Amino acid sequence: MSAPGTEAASRAPFSWRRLMAINLRHLYVLRSSWPRILELAYWPTVQMILWGFITTFFTQHSTWLSQASAVLITGVLLWDVLFRANLGFAVPFVEEMYARNLGQLFISPLRPYEFVVALMMLSGIRTLIGVLPASLLAAPLFDVWVYGMGLPLIAYFTNLIVMGWSIGLVASGIIIRNGLGAENLIWFSVFLLAPVSGIYYPITTLPTWLQPVAKILPSSHVFEGMRAVLFEGRFDVPHLLWAIGLNFVYLALASLFFLTMFRSARRLGLILHQGE
Amino acid sequence: MCEVDRSARQLPAVEGAAAVNILTVVDVTKRYGNVVALDGISFSIRKGSITALLGGNGAGKTTTLSILLGLLIPTSGSVTVFGEDMLLNRYCVLGRMNFASPYVDLPKRLTGRQSLNVYGHLYGLRDIKNRIARLSSDLEMQPFLDRPASGLSAGQMTRLMLAKALLNEPDLLLLDEPTASLDPDTGDWVRGYLQRFARETGGTILLASHNMGEVERLCDRVLMLRAGIIVDDDSPSDLIRRYGRQNLEEVFLDIARNRRTGTLQGKSQ
Repeated sequence: MSAPGTEAASRAPFSWRRLMAINLRHLYVLRSSWPRILELAYWPTVQMILWGFITTFFTQHSTWLSQASAVLITGVLLWDVLFRANLGFAVPFVEEMYARNLGQLFISPLRPYEFVVALMMLSGIRTLIGVLPASLLAAPLFDVWVYGMGLPLIAYFTNLIVMGWSIGLVASGIIIRNGLGAENLIWFSVFLLAPVSGIYYPITTLPTWLQPVAKILPSSHVFEGMRAVLFEGRFDVPHLLWAIGLNFVYLALASLFFLTMFRSARRLGLILHQGE
Repeated sequence: MCEVDRSARQLPAVEGAAAVNILTVVDVTKRYGNVVALDGISFSIRKGSITALLGGNGAGKTTTLSILLGLLIPTSGSVTVFGEDMLLNRYCVLGRMNFASPYVDLPKRLTGRQSLNVYGHLYGLRDIKNRIARLSSDLEMQPFLDRPASGLSAGQMTRLMLAKALLNEPDLLLLDEPTASLDPDTGDWVRGYLQRFARETGGTILLASHNMGEVERLCDRVLMLRAGIIVDDDSPSDLIRRYGRQNLEEVFLDIARNRRTGTLQGKSQ
């Protein structure tokens, strides 16, 4: 008696339709609220403008920094890619909890891993909406054209997005297991890594004991690679390979962590009773 | 993984036998530390029946429904739905089930049509537009279908939740307090709709409720829960007769206050 197609479709272990359904749910929300779209682009743009003017001031007073304005502004924009990717993953997840919709989703044929992939897609969309306007504005305002980096930019962008997903997965796993009281994790978890990611300075600037920590972060390899392109005009392949390798490991571990927390939430009966 | 040879077409043939149980719960226990939420309950549900889970607050009704839906993992015991082990193969049968409850919601910023569209895709419906149109007509939702859920009244929201629960034309519909917080008129309308749904589609309903009148009107069987144990199992009329009471509410009070325990009839125990 089930509606035609439903049973066969629900048995399929992976379904793009289910992924698109989750995306559709959040795109409906974005589409119906221009302040939300504006908010996505607002902070990256403000950050870029602020750092742009700071850089402009220093470039007029320092010979080293006169070469560095592009590095700082590109650093700001790429850091925002990481930050937005994390938020783009974790915020829709938390929204499902606030909406008390998580129980509805997981009594449908949606698999947890499909939900994760859908959130990754959403993260990509939200990051692009957030960072694209700021990156384009950097050209007329500060004469910085980040797209001049060419292919390395795509590699760095992708690596930072993937790292953002890993952080978002861990934060979401903790939230589903511990409730919305842990929501602030999604905001401050990325900033914990900022000092050791070498966004605005080489990681050799860090104390010796802290440098090994930086080296196990994909973000520090991305920003080192970015500086190599912008200062020396060379594409540093070893840094990129380190970033890819570390991201691969962290994404696998973060996914495992999230799915373990999800199962733990099922064991404790937390899925149905999530919400404010 | 779902067994490939148990296709959608084969299952109904198996269920064609008389009085087929589509849901079987065997010795299910759920403990949270030292707290026992369910203590070895066993029951079966026949195809086409409307069964009520009755019990006081904390008796284990919502826990039972959560386990049947696969949202909660029991400490021990087994749950079989449409012949599939719910703990191992829940995705094989979730497309044939659905659920409505005041404990879950639909996104408040989405309109009813948008929510139904999203869930239509999640359930893999072939003709979502027509299905929504049909449900909208049946449940008299046209005046508010394109309004954000945040602006709906309790009655309108209940109808929208019901539409979501019926979207995939479920063979097994689980309901948790389906008419809670509704005025008598809307509550009566929802009960009438559920009766029609069961009669016209042959669907099976398992509902948890505190509304004894609702249970007497809708259900052909009642499972009485107290402190995580099924203490009685019979039709509403037989329960009333055996307990020597005028209505189900009095039977409920007898059981909840442990004044008297009827002989467990055990329809499928």
